[in-house]
Amino acid sequence: MMFVPGNNPGMMADAHIYGPDSIMLDLEDSVTMAEKDAARLLVHNALKSIDYGDTEMVVRINPLNTPYGKKDVEAVVKAGVDVIRMPKTETADEVRELEAEIIKVEEELGCVGRTQIMAAIESALGVVNAYAIATASKRMMGIALGAEDYSANLKTQRTPEGSELLLARETIVVAARAAGICCFDTVYSNLDDMETFRKEVELIKTLGFDGKSIINPRQIEVVNSVFTPTQKAIDKALRIIAAIKEAQAKGSGVIAVNGKMVDRPVVIRAERTIQLAIASGILNKEDVL
Amino acid sequence: MEMKNASAGTLESGDIMVQIAPREEAGLHIELTSSVAAQFGNQIKKVITETLEGLGIDKADVKAVDKGALDCTIRARVTAAAVRATGKDVWK
Amino acid sequence: MRTSKVMSLEEAIRKSGLKDGMTISFHHHFRGGDKVVNLVVGKLAEMGFKNLHLAASSLSDVHAPLIDHIKNGVITKISTSGLRGELANEISHGLMAEPVVFRSHGGRGSAIASGELHIDVAFLGASSCDELGNASGCPRSENAKSICGSLGYALPDARYADHVVVITDDLVAYPNVPKSISACDVESVVVVDSVGDSSKISSGAIRDSKNPRDILLAQQAAKVIINSGYFKDGFSIQTGTGGASLAAVKFIRESMIEKGIKASFALGGITAHMVKLHEEGLIGRLIDVQSFDKVAAESIARDQMHQEVSSVEYASADHAGSAVHALDIVILSALEVDVNFNVNVLVGSDGIIRGAIGGHPDTAEDSALSIIVCPLLRGRIPCVVPKVTTLITPGKGVDVVVTEYGIAVNPARPEIAERLKEAGLKVVDIHDLAAKASSIIGTPDALPFGDKVVGIVMDRHGKVLDKIYNIVD
Repeated sequence: MMFVPGNNPGMMADAHIYGPDSIMLDLEDSVTMAEKDAARLLVHNALKSIDYGDTEMVVRINPLNTPYGKKDVEAVVKAGVDVIRMPKTETADEVRELEAEIIKVEEELGCVGRTQIMAAIESALGVVNAYAIATASKRMMGIALGAEDYSANLKTQRTPEGSELLLARETIVVAARAAGICCFDTVYSNLDDMETFRKEVELIKTLGFDGKSIINPRQIEVVNSVFTPTQKAIDKALRIIAAIKEAQAKGSGVIAVNGKMVDRPVVIRAERTIQLAIASGILNKEDVL
Repeated sequence: MEMKNASAGTLESGDIMVQIAPREEAGLHIELTSSVAAQFGNQIKKVITETLEGLGIDKADVKAVDKGALDCTIRARVTAAAVRATGKDVWK
Repeated sequence: MRTSKVMSLEEAIRKSGLKDGMTISFHHHFRGGDKVVNLVVGKLAEMGFKNLHLAASSLSDVHAPLIDHIKNGVITKISTSGLRGELANEISHGLMAEPVVFRSHGGRGSAIASGELHIDVAFLGASSCDELGNASGCPRSENAKSICGSLGYALPDARYADHVVVITDDLVAYPNVPKSISACDVESVVVVDSVGDSSKISSGAIRDSKNPRDILLAQQAAKVIINSGYFKDGFSIQTGTGGASLAAVKFIRESMIEKGIKASFALGGITAHMVKLHEEGLIGRLIDVQSFDKVAAESIARDQMHQEVSSVEYASADHAGSAVHALDIVILSALEVDVNFNVNVLVGSDGIIRGAIGGHPDTAEDSALSIIVCPLLRGRIPCVVPKVTTLITPGKGVDVVVTEYGIAVNPARPEIAERLKEAGLKVVDIHDLAAKASSIIGTPDALPFGDKVVGIVMDRHGKVLDKIYNIVD
């Protein structure tokens, strides 16, 4: 998920050419108070006009308790955004409040249910409430960590190892998995240190995150290379999927590969490997299904 | 429509800076400076005019400095300048 | 008997026998820092010369003072590879009665060698020269200040001009060897304070582009090369100096190391990137017509395997021995490419001249694989268009076009398209790229061209390829 400032038309025009899975146009922290109105119009018009292809379009709105939040919701829902990212989410009630705002606009447009919600968790209270937030609405598609505000809230600072974020990261992954939605890690802002960035991506992949937030197209390759499954893993997953199909065809409940029984978790992992391989462009959807 | 001087946009590549001022006479008077004036000057003026007319503004002096903005950006910047000039927002 | 050829510029001009209406020539190795053209033409104007034909290997922003000399009738005809800045703008608006003649580097070399472009007096700047005229672009003393490395574009002038004047800011003791220009070809040597502004002649160290679009284009170009079928041990390569082209070298290098592939030579304008690969043992020889930066200029001064070549030896279509005939892969840029793969590198999409032909058509035509790397859009300017504003490199010589929205392969090269598709690259129809561009930016209005011809584009074989008309504001 690539962050793009919502008041920069040059960057918004071609952010998708770098192939991020999703683009987050930002109306919050990257836009000054004096430019909130202009950025909102820019994002609205960009979403309506620019062909972003298959890229999932996310807009980070301002908090609803600011003078900007509700107008942001109206502008981006009217433009047909895929996902609204709510910043600084601390409670399930806040999610439900956003949902109500979305419904108001969607009812006017006659498209109730179109807009999904992602909640950014950026405080200790948000982490404590992570599961409640993740399950606050049917529209919840994911939760994400915002580490800058979170570490300030913890009264600590960010370190290259990220030990201060460990509990929050694990909590968010667990909450997302329990709720059956996605989870995304925070940004890494030193563009000149690709090595530390790579280590961080490897860490959060191990923790179970579905993806990483990035601030520059140059970071995409690292994320993709870490998240792209190896050919060996893909081959293994394909064999498992083939075995499932074979078992289904025979009407057998037992799945076996190379004479060994395959457990349910192995099947789930194989399916996930295939999904990642498709997302990374290594496998064609048609070839698998 | 009541209006004051207002502007929106930047001089960054891919953007357009739009200034709107009240005008005594009827009509929209557009002064455009653009790096792509030869190829897109007419189109840019058309988008500015349509956007302002859509907002009910038929009397204004407009100065625009374009740095290769796409039509959707021009629409956004003109609307932002118009909203700031009239104080009448397009959102509820 | 050894007689010094050193004299003042005015004496050298008188001695040359230059007359009104004759052809004078210059090279562009000092690029944006060149002081020779303005100095010499200023002196010619002062001495009352009129109606001269200025035949430079290229001209740039720094040559705006020529505008006055054109208005005053000192210069009435120009031949060059390129024009930029205010001079280009004025010429595009119809400054000159006679059209500028544009040739590629190889085309100019051929035309000089065949006598089609006859040079009466060549004024050739040199970084070092002795009193007999042995001249070099390399430093030979502590006083060296304007270093350019290769003097490849000046060599045909030195060999074929009737009269040669070397202009230097570092007169060194005889013999100034190794030499680029031989004393046997030189009639006079003029010593001046400075032949060029060294800060504008060449940049210092390698600077890698951080522009994400350049990096994306470079990655795609490198993937095209690696999967093209031409990336094998002993291959040869030429690249430009644009951000994407330089970044591509970086990616190709990684793949060469990984696969144990080495190149036999790199050709053309040589950059620090190429010197690095050469010094790492990845490229056997550097064949240098123009040293693009300080690292390249220093390398050619000390490294036997880094050789200077003339523009004839580099890119002539008429000489069987020219290096382009042996070139496998070239990466080139473009202002515009059209749906027939024709390329324009000279005239901007506003109709104003803003570039140089360089070796573009020479290398595109003769290489086994030519790759054009250009963004689909520069701001609101489309680079893939239905028809190029000016034809510089005919599409039959262009094999692959790499943009951020996909890679187009010339239908004449289906085997390359197949290989790229197999490698998982996004191969698209070039018509789709043009359509994509117009879907984003709309359809531009036709340019306001007048009916006066301001430029004639010669192809590398000496035939008229296209005409450039004046632009009306």
